[in-house]
Amino acid sequence: MACNRIARGGVALGSVLAVWSAGARADFAVNMTPGVTAISREVYDLHMLIFWICVAIGAVVFGVMFWSIYHHRKSRGAVAAQFHESALVEVLWTIVPMLILVAMAVPATKTLIRMADARGADLTIKVTGYQWRWHYEYLNEGIDFFSTLATPQDQIHNTVPKDATYLLEVDRRLVVPVGKKIRILTTAADVIHSWWVPALGWKRDAIPGFINESWTLIEKPGVYRGQCAELCGQDHGFMPVVVDAVPEAEFQQWVANMKAKNLPAAQAANGGQPL
Amino acid sequence: MSIAAAPALHHEHDTHAGPPRGLGRWLFTTNHKDIGTLYLLFSLMMFFVGGSFALVIRAELFQPGLQIVDPHLFNQLTTLHALVMIFGAVMPAFVGLANWQVPIMIGAPDMALPRMNNWSFWILPFAFALLLSTLFLPGGGPAGGWTLYPPLALQTGQAFPFVILAIHMMGISSIMGAINVIATILNLRAPGMILMKMPLFVWTWLITAFLLIAVMPVLAGAVTMLLADKFFGTSFFNAAGGGDPVMFQHIFWFFGHPEVYIMILPAFGIISQIIPTFARKPLFGYASMVYATASIAFLSFIVWAHHMFTVGMPLAGELFFMYSTMLIAVPTGVKVFNWVSTMWRGSMTFETPMLFAIAFVILFTIGGFSGLMLAIAPADFQYHDTYFVVAHFHYVLVPGAVFSIMAGVYYWLPKWTGHMIDERLGRLHFWLSVVGVNVLFFPQHFLGLAGMPRRIPDYALQFTEFNMISSIGAFLFGFSQLLFLYNVIQTIRGGEPATDQVWEGARGLEWTLPSPTPYHTFTKAPVVE
Repeated sequence: MACNRIARGGVALGSVLAVWSAGARADFAVNMTPGVTAISREVYDLHMLIFWICVAIGAVVFGVMFWSIYHHRKSRGAVAAQFHESALVEVLWTIVPMLILVAMAVPATKTLIRMADARGADLTIKVTGYQWRWHYEYLNEGIDFFSTLATPQDQIHNTVPKDATYLLEVDRRLVVPVGKKIRILTTAADVIHSWWVPALGWKRDAIPGFINESWTLIEKPGVYRGQCAELCGQDHGFMPVVVDAVPEAEFQQWVANMKAKNLPAAQAANGGQPL
Repeated sequence: MSIAAAPALHHEHDTHAGPPRGLGRWLFTTNHKDIGTLYLLFSLMMFFVGGSFALVIRAELFQPGLQIVDPHLFNQLTTLHALVMIFGAVMPAFVGLANWQVPIMIGAPDMALPRMNNWSFWILPFAFALLLSTLFLPGGGPAGGWTLYPPLALQTGQAFPFVILAIHMMGISSIMGAINVIATILNLRAPGMILMKMPLFVWTWLITAFLLIAVMPVLAGAVTMLLADKFFGTSFFNAAGGGDPVMFQHIFWFFGHPEVYIMILPAFGIISQIIPTFARKPLFGYASMVYATASIAFLSFIVWAHHMFTVGMPLAGELFFMYSTMLIAVPTGVKVFNWVSTMWRGSMTFETPMLFAIAFVILFTIGGFSGLMLAIAPADFQYHDTYFVVAHFHYVLVPGAVFSIMAGVYYWLPKWTGHMIDERLGRLHFWLSVVGVNVLFFPQHFLGLAGMPRRIPDYALQFTEFNMISSIGAFLFGFSQLLFLYNVIQTIRGGEPATDQVWEGARGLEWTLPSPTPYHTFTKAPVVE
């Protein structure tokens, strides 16, 4: 009995330590990453541009304010002036922000237009959100499968230490080729979900009855992780997206293997459940 | 209240000088001051209820893994936290402040429609009893988020009709409150109080009231359609039946975005009263403040779909809503610049209301900056539905709206009670709150940018540290609010007597009244030169 309790305490302590050490590896990420596509870099640049504009405006406004708070205080013998309007400055601080906004709107518009243009895709994948897993269908290759959270319940309920990819691992990843324009169609079978991989620079809602079109062109091979971003019920936090971007040849090999395994039939035999 | 003991001798020319005693006073009162008090106390209660939900949420998120609540209860808590804070804490607090202040700021004897005033308050406790009772129903309370997006909201169990009815009741209460504010301001101003002489708090509330009347029925329509989809076989939002789930979002946010300004415009009004008082200098740009408020109100009707950039709107739609949203930065900027210019070359002191007002200007502006970032549609594709959004709207709602309410209470409480607040305790409350709120919400920007979605009960390991910090801030901020409660109670019970003007730099009709304000004021209209 006591032994058992000590053992359980040991596991709990171990998991806390694992959390801390895994956290230490994360080194307090404070910003968006530039991602792995041309679009994601544009989005990152827009983000940084608007951020620095805000910082600059904030520095001026708060600077004036703090100067005033320091110097124009009664305890320093400040006597209140009685001015209460000035047409010139009021017009100026209406027009100058307007110009800044126009300057900001131009690059934002350009990026938005590029993001909306899904023409000329090499590959089309239909992504369907379910409560609570993703279904991927390679429309021209005839491949489809479900992708479900692979993190064991024991880790979620803190009885065993958590993996580094806690909540961000699936049983079957979405395998895609690098350097190809991939059209991604999102929809849902039950409630609204949202398919999001931060490294690709966007998320898009998966809505029952709608098919949304997006695209991406991944430049660097790697594993990119994301999560469902639209509240979709109790396991909303437990339906990750994992994209495995591989070189073209490796992708063709994977396609051939999948076709050979005839996965859809196997899944159907399993009652529609993921294998 | 001291006037309660008005001698019976004066009965013939002053038929009801003081309030009746006992519970009946509060149940049947038509006095704007009593009703204002009721609203404010109710709001404070709901602030603690909604806050306790938030603390459970933050406790669960203290570390990865599921510890305290299961995901379903977690979703109920996030949903109810939002509904309680928006409809139960922030909105009633502003209505309470309007009830107390609007008549005494414009020289009116009471609100224009006093019986309706009583009714609009007393609906609220029933609405919230209904809403909170859902936690004890089989299947629990609503768990689909306060935005009630179908089809998810339609998966709600027995709680569903209770929630819809509660929302209807809150809406009726708000609309009646708004009608009352408009009727009072347009009809009961003292002679000489032309519109462009009204205090800014009155102006912002007038505009807010029009927003309320415009959009609360839209919310009522949206939730009624949900009710019909759930129980009467309609398919407004059911794609399989020819409906459109995205249409709900359009209707909801057509209400929802003006609602955001309903919760911030009165705050602008309060801050515009407080800063001139403690800077001992007239408000800079009064006219531009009024026009900026009106512009923000107008723009709030044409920006709604920026909450929906990721639903897959056509490019033209995305561009329109991006541009219109960016435009809101202009009148909002005008307001901030005006406040700073009011402080400029003033003669400032920093009593508790002023501290909260200054924190409001800084922290609301930070929330405004993240709002401007969110307006950039391509970047929003990354920010949307992450903790960056959570940080953004909490910055405008907590150190924004809630700080303004606290500033307003600290500012006017001496007038209402005749006692000065405990300044030392007030400052302690301020510093703990301002530190707590930033420790709570600032790291959430980082979490969102690093990729943490909102509304999740458990998270990947790289989000651990900032969640821990945020939770510590939450408990610091939450428990600091007990100081506010204590200070308010102590001020009601006693304290250093307040002068009629209360604050050295205070200007306006309310400061010509005795402190505490008599039960009936301005029974004869004052004349404003």
